[in-house]
Amino acid sequence: MSITVKIPAPLRPLTANQSEVVVEGATVQAAVDELSRKFPGLKERLLDEKGALRRYVNLFRNDEDIRGGAGLATALAAGDRLTIVPAIAGGR
Amino acid sequence: MSRVVILGVGGLGCPAALALAESGVPLDLLLIDDDVVERSNLARQILFREQDVGEPKAAAAARRLGAMHSQARDRASFRVDFENIRWSGSTGAALLRGADILLDASDNFATRFVANDACIAARVPLIHGAALGWEGRLLTILPGLTACLRCLFEGPPPGPLPTCAEAGVASPLCGVVGAAMARAALQVLAGKPAAGVLRRWEARTGAERPLTLRRDPSCACGILLPCPSQ
Ligand SMILES: [Zn+2]
Repeated sequence: MSITVKIPAPLRPLTANQSEVVVEGATVQAAVDELSRKFPGLKERLLDEKGALRRYVNLFRNDEDIRGGAGLATALAAGDRLTIVPAIAGGR
Repeated sequence: MSRVVILGVGGLGCPAALALAESGVPLDLLLIDDDVVERSNLARQILFREQDVGEPKAAAAARRLGAMHSQARDRASFRVDFENIRWSGSTGAALLRGADILLDASDNFATRFVANDACIAARVPLIHGAALGWEGRLLTILPGLTACLRCLFEGPPPGPLPTCAEAGVASPLCGVVGAAMARAALQVLAGKPAAGVLRRWEARTGAERPLTLRRDPSCACGILLPCPSQ
């Protein structure tokens, strides 16, 4: 099933500057795996060496936080939108 | 008068402080920043003028806001104070004393996470604002009630990430986010907070994309202040 992934600006150099990409996956984990196959280097930015979501990145399924819920095991349905949100600090 | 603490008097802190000062709501403002005004700041740090270059930001901003409220009738409902100091784990608690709300307009991850933790510990509502490149963000945090910064992100990134100085920030975006921070603070002070939603602006398209946050039961804010349902 097709999922649309929203890519934040800091990661777009890894996706040929695309702000959205379409991948297949029945869970967030599967979508992230597919994303990593298509765009090498992306997985390291999202997951740590143990395969867990990095501390300073969060993922949202249709604008709902996956952290504190089912996390990477969160199920996806066709047409879902997965948004990658990295921490930003700027205030100057 | 409500005691409002503004951490960081830069691209976001300047418009936020200005909007609060002009709101007509009786306020006792505390401005905190350990930086000095540089010429390159003037385009977006709207409280500063050419003659402020080289001066501590907190002092220059407080002087300007004070001058705008110099009439006796203004002085009864508006006070502004400043600290030229760096917010840290050790200075934060004292700076938060008596505060009704904190606006975090700082520019680095370390400060943002310790400010979050200080607000959780002191149960002071926190308005988190950030802007980098073309993206702006706003989050109202009510300790013990809604998701905190660590529910959203467990911690800061390990290495240095781009700051505004390196990645740049769209000047008009600072005004948008700073004013939104002021409005969010006034909503909290009025007892009508809009918390638990991360608001995001994409400055190039004007698009706004809110994200609903969840409290993370394993977050320190849940351990200090358990979720109401637990
Ligand atoms: Zn939390």
